Amino acid sequence: MTVEPSDETKGPDAIIRVRDLVVAFGPKTIMRGLDLDVRRGEVLGFVGGSGQGKSVLTRTILGLVQKRSGKIEVFGKDLDKVDMDERRALERRYGVMFQQGALFSGLTVKQNVQAPMREHLHLSQRLMDELALLKIELVGLPRDAADKFPSQLSGGMIKRAALARALALDPELVFLDEPTSGLDPIGAAEFDDLIQTLQRTLGLTVFMVTHDLDSLYAICDRIAALAEGKVIAEGTIQTMLSSQHSWVKAYFRGKRGRVLALTRDDRHTPATAGGL
Amino acid sequence: MHAKPGFAVERAGDETRLNLGGDWTLESGAEMERASDSLIGAAAGARAAVIDLANVERMDTGGAWLIDRARKILQNAGVDSQIANARTAQSTLLEAAHWRDFEPPKPPPSHPLSDMLADVGASVVGAWHDLLHGIGFLGESVVALLRALARPHLFRMTSLIYHLESFGLRSVPIILLINFLVGCIVAQQGIFQLRYFGAETFAVNMIGILILREMGVLLTSIMIAGRSGSAITAEIGSMKMREEIDALKVMGLSPMDVLVTPRLLALIVALPLLTFLADMAGIFGGLVVSWGYAGLSPDAFLDRLKTAIGFNTFMVGLIKAPFMALVIGLIGAMEGLAVQGSAESLGRQVTSSVVKSIFMVIVVDGLFAMFFAAIEY
Ligand SMILES: Nc1ncnc2c1ncn2[C@@H]1O[C@H](COP(=O)(O)OP(=O)(O)OP(=O)(O)O)[C@@H](O)[C@H]1O
Ligand SMILES: [Mg+2]
Repeated sequence: MTVEPSDETKGPDAIIRVRDLVVAFGPKTIMRGLDLDVRRGEVLGFVGGSGQGKSVLTRTILGLVQKRSGKIEVFGKDLDKVDMDERRALERRYGVMFQQGALFSGLTVKQNVQAPMREHLHLSQRLMDELALLKIELVGLPRDAADKFPSQLSGGMIKRAALARALALDPELVFLDEPTSGLDPIGAAEFDDLIQTLQRTLGLTVFMVTHDLDSLYAICDRIAALAEGKVIAEGTIQTMLSSQHSWVKAYFRGKRGRVLALTRDDRHTPATAGGL
Repeated sequence: MHAKPGFAVERAGDETRLNLGGDWTLESGAEMERASDSLIGAAAGARAAVIDLANVERMDTGGAWLIDRARKILQNAGVDSQIANARTAQSTLLEAAHWRDFEPPKPPPSHPLSDMLADVGASVVGAWHDLLHGIGFLGESVVALLRALARPHLFRMTSLIYHLESFGLRSVPIILLINFLVGCIVAQQGIFQLRYFGAETFAVNMIGILILREMGVLLTSIMIAGRSGSAITAEIGSMKMREEIDALKVMGLSPMDVLVTPRLLALIVALPLLTFLADMAGIFGGLVVSWGYAGLSPDAFLDRLKTAIGFNTFMVGLIKAPFMALVIGLIGAMEGLAVQGSAESLGRQVTSSVVKSIFMVIVVDGLFAMFFAAIEY
């Protein structure tokens, strides 16, 4: 299942391809002709100021928000041209972790993880129980959390449970909306490791919306920055550090970014960071 | 593009080699489960078993789990088993999804009889707590109402007006319609039955007394319990679910003042007004049917009605309305505040709010009937 990430940018290996996307709510335009590629096997970090539309883009790709115009391809299929069955087949191949968790409040964590399995797979109850517990353990939740209801979980546990549910079907592609927000730094670092481990072992492609500079440095292969309804910069962390766009500059080379850029110097040794 | 999971068995002495092939992914579902179960059967009794992954094309955590589970079960059965020829990615996957003991803890022993007794006991205690809680809540809301009256400038007028509109004004059409229809039905039945005694005109007495004393207020209350009581529970309940009630509390605002009092007051004002309209609609229905069905002219109907009912008949119905409003509002708010974290509990609480308030409306009506009979009003 592991596939080497290809070097070709716009080739068929782009798992998600967004072209000239326009999304608006009433008179308010959020996306103004946005282009984006997510390549197979990579972790793409998606950054942007609050309210710039990161969640809206995620929801548009998932088909939860109607677009005005543009084209979205997932796994090489144009989402406007797929029929119901194809769409279902596509949905089975990706997992989503919403910003607010969106766990089913009437189900326990275990049942939440089993919900997609029940819907899409034909497995015995025993195997579903075991797999659910396995996923719960993989995301680092204690075993007794399995029988708790979402309202009985802490904020960080909700994030982990939501990730476990997103991974229930062993998807090829996962959407994570701010997975590490609201976690303590140690927990966030563990979460980063976890995502990376899963990405390596399962060959996942990860589309991750995040504000967490640590995550960006630690696990993202590529970063795309959103502003004014467009992707204004796209590339590795070095590209970001050398970008001349004022927002990207402020983001990566502001007070918080600078410290990280310096401490991570030994790992990345970007020419630009040396001059900071 | 999807290859079935399967395996070939190769025996060399007392060692069994299981050559797995195909896709060991969750897509195969039950097929993969069966394959892993027959792995165990195929190697049972051997001294050693090797599970060879060289020909496995794709594998996910589900496959890894089943393969490692089979290995572990064989191991426990005394077969020295191991996995061979795993690619790097597969080994990491097997490492991540290695077998663990997920035996569920034994549930505590139970007996149907003791369970049933425990259930009965729990519901009796629950009912008692409900009653105590209800009385406490009644006290609390009366205090909040008085506080609102004592300091009218702090009172939430906008909220009151808003709820008056939604509970009162918007219910007018449906209340008028059902009471008109019930007035028609009562008149028709009355005339039909009394015709045998040549006492058709007494149907007017019956219509007047039945509509004004009982039907008007009862139908209105039941309608409002279903329409507005449920809305109160759902609104307050979903606020409770999303910690909005807690947010109010920490801002130093009392949910009682902000949420409950305006709704309660709106109901107490709206229900008598609606009852009045209901009475009129019911009488009008009676009038229409008497005219069309018994040939009683509207003038004659009204003359007859004047002699049949007094002002007290009219008041008996109207006096009950604010109490009904109080019962509906209190139950609605109480059930709303009892909502827990889940969507399911919201549904449960809304149902119980409607059922309880309709039940209590009828109980209160009965109590009033006894009371008015006792004071001969
Ligand atoms: N359903 C909606 N109707 C109208 N406007 C909306 C809707 N959903 C989002 N918006 C608007 O779209 C913009 C982008 O919102 P979005 O949630 O995508 O922000 P974001 O980039 O995810 O921010 P954050 O980092 O804070 O999560 C915001 O201005 C928001 O007000
Ligand atoms: Mg967002």
